[in-house]
Amino acid sequence: MTQNSHNSVFVRKVDAETLPPPQNEMGIRGWLWRNLLYSVTDYSSVSAALRSLAMIFFTVLVSYVGLTQLWLLLDFVFFSAVWSDPTGIKREACWTLSQGGTLPDDWHAACWPFIFAKLKFLAYGPYPMDELWRVNVTGLLGLAGLCWVLIEALPYRRLVGVLMLTAYPVIALILLTGGASEANYFNATAYIFVGLALITVGRLGQRDLLGIVASDFASIIGFVGWSLIVFQVLMLIFSVDVGLKPVGTGDWGGLMITLVVAVTGIVVSLPLGVILALGRRSNMPVARLLCTIFIEFWRGVPLISVLFMASVMIPLFLPEGVNFDKLMRALIGVMLFSAAYMAEVVRGGLQAIDKGQYEAAEAMGLTYWQSMRQIILPQALTHVIPGIVNTFIGLFKDTTLVSIIGLFDLLGAGKSAIADASWSSPVQAISIYLFVGFIFFIFCFGMSRYSIFMENKLSKSRSH
Amino acid sequence: MFINSNNLSAFINDARVRNIGFQVLIIGALAFSVWWLMDNTLTNLENRGKSLGFGFLVQTAGFEISDTLGTWLFDYEVGVSSYTDIYFIGITNTLLIAVLGIVFASIIGFGVGIMRLSNNFVLKYFATVYVEIIRNVPLLLQLFFWYFAVLGVLPGARNQLEIWGGLGGLNITGLYLPAPIFQPGFGLVFLAFIASLIIAFVASRISKKKQDETGQGFNLLFIIPALIISITGVTYVIMGSPLDWTFPEFKNTGPIFKRGFQDDAGMVLVPEMLAVLLALTLYTAGFIAEIVRAGIIAVSHGQTEASYSLGLRPSITLRLIVIPQAMRIIIPPLTSQYLNLTKNSSLAVAIAYPELVSIFAGTALNQVGKEIEMIFMVMSTYLIISLITSFFMNWFNARVKIVER
Amino acid sequence: MKNITIAIVAIVAAAVGYFGGTSMNKEAPAPAATETETAAVEATLNAVKAKGFVQCGVSQGLPGFSNADDAGNWTGIDVDVCRGVAAAVFGDASKVKYTPLSSKQRFTALASGEIDMLSRNTTWTMTRDTQLGLNFAGVNYYDGQGFLVPTKLGVKSALEMDGANVCSQTGTTTELNVTDFFRENGMKFNLVAFEEADAVVAAYDSGRCDVYTTDRSGLAAQRTKLANPDAHMVLPEIISKEPLGPVVRQGDDQWFNIVRWTLNAMINAEEMGVTSANAKSMANDNNPAIKRLLGTEGTFGAELGLSNDWALNIISQVGNYGESYEAHVGPNTPLKLDRGVNALWSQGGILYAAPVR
Repeated sequence: MTQNSHNSVFVRKVDAETLPPPQNEMGIRGWLWRNLLYSVTDYSSVSAALRSLAMIFFTVLVSYVGLTQLWLLLDFVFFSAVWSDPTGIKREACWTLSQGGTLPDDWHAACWPFIFAKLKFLAYGPYPMDELWRVNVTGLLGLAGLCWVLIEALPYRRLVGVLMLTAYPVIALILLTGGASEANYFNATAYIFVGLALITVGRLGQRDLLGIVASDFASIIGFVGWSLIVFQVLMLIFSVDVGLKPVGTGDWGGLMITLVVAVTGIVVSLPLGVILALGRRSNMPVARLLCTIFIEFWRGVPLISVLFMASVMIPLFLPEGVNFDKLMRALIGVMLFSAAYMAEVVRGGLQAIDKGQYEAAEAMGLTYWQSMRQIILPQALTHVIPGIVNTFIGLFKDTTLVSIIGLFDLLGAGKSAIADASWSSPVQAISIYLFVGFIFFIFCFGMSRYSIFMENKLSKSRSH
Repeated sequence: MFINSNNLSAFINDARVRNIGFQVLIIGALAFSVWWLMDNTLTNLENRGKSLGFGFLVQTAGFEISDTLGTWLFDYEVGVSSYTDIYFIGITNTLLIAVLGIVFASIIGFGVGIMRLSNNFVLKYFATVYVEIIRNVPLLLQLFFWYFAVLGVLPGARNQLEIWGGLGGLNITGLYLPAPIFQPGFGLVFLAFIASLIIAFVASRISKKKQDETGQGFNLLFIIPALIISITGVTYVIMGSPLDWTFPEFKNTGPIFKRGFQDDAGMVLVPEMLAVLLALTLYTAGFIAEIVRAGIIAVSHGQTEASYSLGLRPSITLRLIVIPQAMRIIIPPLTSQYLNLTKNSSLAVAIAYPELVSIFAGTALNQVGKEIEMIFMVMSTYLIISLITSFFMNWFNARVKIVER
Repeated sequence: MKNITIAIVAIVAAAVGYFGGTSMNKEAPAPAATETETAAVEATLNAVKAKGFVQCGVSQGLPGFSNADDAGNWTGIDVDVCRGVAAAVFGDASKVKYTPLSSKQRFTALASGEIDMLSRNTTWTMTRDTQLGLNFAGVNYYDGQGFLVPTKLGVKSALEMDGANVCSQTGTTTELNVTDFFRENGMKFNLVAFEEADAVVAAYDSGRCDVYTTDRSGLAAQRTKLANPDAHMVLPEIISKEPLGPVVRQGDDQWFNIVRWTLNAMINAEEMGVTSANAKSMANDNNPAIKRLLGTEGTFGAELGLSNDWALNIISQVGNYGESYEAHVGPNTPLKLDRGVNALWSQGGILYAAPVR
């Protein structure tokens, strides 16, 4: 029985010849089949046919809309645009016949000479002409440092990163403002001595020389002492007259102010957001409640009413005569706002960490801060890199709102350029908006690409 | 009881005691800051000869507001309506934009999100380009762009683009549509409509329960609409058709400013509102699309394959297998986007749409000068709206959440 | 890690201190606030002197009144009032910092103390004087609200505007006036009110509105921004009185007087023929009125809490009212505004400043 059946079974002794893949799986045809035709060629049943027909309709519609819009854009930006104003007639260079210009009446395209004329204003705002090199140096230093930190092949990335977070802001601030602020040397010296005293107390406390009570708060006292000294030394550094002409923040503007607000906001909102997120998950009810209220408040109110308050109402809440720089207030508003969003992103990351990680850290005898710093946060933050970068991008875009409160950021500078009567034409506004939109796009798109790159790299390294 | 230093040490080092001490410190610092700020504010106000108070809310307002749902709902009339009315008109207009924006943005966002995962490269790349552009350009800029783009393409005030043979019309002054006029008795029809909805809801619950128990349910696809239409319709007829319509009227003769659409016929959606709605919808849809895409991708591929191997078609797989699981991931960030949209509607102040920030914290604030009270009211309003939205979405989230083993 | 944290915290704190420092270090006026109620409110001059500049609220860009060029230099007749006050206080007209404000932000900014004075084509009304807690220090431009329409509509009078779409700026008296005007004449209209003047211009230019309404000086200024200024006309009707002038907070009489007399000094100087060119030599003129104005006779400056050559500084650095007018809004500027009622009383206008005596 078995013998018989065995005989009747065909057993191949030689491998069959490998056939090439079906024609429609290869080359352009294959690509088209997979990426287009597959979805529109199923007519096996009524519903499938309907679906395919609907798909064809959509595909055609979308191609038509997409291509016409693309053509309109290209035509507006390049082909029909006015590129130069050789005779210096300004707005008349972009006027149609009926307005008294030379262009045909149905002409509607970008007016580039206007943008070229305003380029400097869009980049620096009313920053004094002779001092522009300071902005450029600051920008180039920042760019170089950033590239160094982001490109992985370079050595000393950690060192450069630390310098970027510590020395660079100081240099940038001195370069941009000109330093030479007023300082009270007596007070500064006094505060430095207080700081030294605090550090000493902290040290003594840590060695249990002051009894139990002090030992508990020794590290906090030491920290306060260090902060005080660093703060006062910085104030002294800022007061050094390095021979630069002082430029008040009122003279800042354009892309420069956008970058200052965005970069400061980005650098500060992340640590602040982490602290808030930890606070919201803390087991101390008061801290939890406060952090929750703080986060929900900032997430709940519109940024423009916050900025309205920051720009014109702050002096009402402070003692007579005390005031802040307007840019600083806008900065604080934007920072707190994005810190709240950041906190929610980070909280998402914290929640995604397996409970075992927390327990393992605790079992190892690590303190709360140790376990957070060494175990939990590194994992949590890598989990939510896309969310963090999205918050950065959101913050970058939100900087446009400072134009509503009278700071000439990139959009504000654009709007004030539109108000220039010597260039007024029907395409003036849309030219500026397209240009400004393009600049924003470059920055935000760049950030999002880098985040995708990082994400891919990390997910690869995780799976290995 | 005798306390030696060891006990004291133990007491101080007790984690609970420390926590409490730390919290007391926080509360103290907070209370002090609040007191300090209030004290400053009161001193400053007194020095400037101003006082706190909400008396301004009953004063009458002396400025015109453009025709919107709010002015229609609260019957706004210059010199008669009070600042309280202005406040509610602002809220109404904000909520109108928020609700419409949320609905449209969700529809477009889900569509684009699924398009991005399509295997049709035309749809896929179109969706990708759309999402990348929208997400990387500031909303305020897009708002200006749409407003002036919208104004640029519409026909002038003395021309029109007819819609449905004169039922509606469109020009630069707005989109004109037929307006309902409610006669006495319409309230009952509305109640009947609500009642029929409740009945339909109960019926579907019963059907679902029956299906869960026996595997057989009623086919409600036609029953429910029939139920709603018949109940509402019968009430409508009984009450003597208590609903009239006025239609937009376009004149081409007469004094120049009387030409174009007439004020008292039909209703108008002003271009400011259309631009705000367009900008907010397209902007938020870009974000929702990404959320939807990420949510769908996050559903394990095994789920899709299992579904296919059970013989379910792709559309059913998407609807019954993938989306319910993806919803769990989608809803929390979606809530954030809804809140953002609501808050972002305040940017409408830049293009003259009369919402809360624009007319109450703007025009009205300038007339009565009660900064603190009015900004407080506006911020609280937004907070309450966002808390309600959060609450509702959390409830919804809890419902769709898959019960984990 | 910890060191970086310290450094970041300290840098942020230092930046806050740096920006806020200039005023935070000077706590001298603050304790006075709690001691006597009036001390704090009369401290504007002291505070201004302490910080070294006048913080002046201006418009976000209204040619002729307050407008900034690409280098951030502000010019205009409203700006000249700010410069005049700086010249009076510091002897240096350049010691002004400008805060561009939308019409809706301006009073809040003044009331909160964000700015020391507001010189932003602001209409003097009773509500603003009383309910908003402000004081108008005088009038530097007598204006009236008008209408701008496209010539092609063929409208000759504002009374033909029944049913019009009207654009204006939010938070202004124009919103109230235009509402009154249409109600009074039994006409209907739709108001579209924007936050910023530039948006109004853009919307009007695109055809969203048939009519653009604001002060007639403002119409002249904004008209220059239109794509085709000649295709528009200003209607003859003036529907309101708009006395525009500088504003200060209520309660600080000293500061109020400084701003009021800065304006008066500029007007008086024109009346007496004192100009920026001849001010220094006129100081020794025989006319006692001129001597009193320019500080060579009497102690008028000291009574204000200023130096005696306060007015000399204003006029030699900023010029008299007439010079300021001609330079920024007069017939030789793009605005092409005749003096009209803004001429001196002696020349058929209504400018009439109280004498320095």
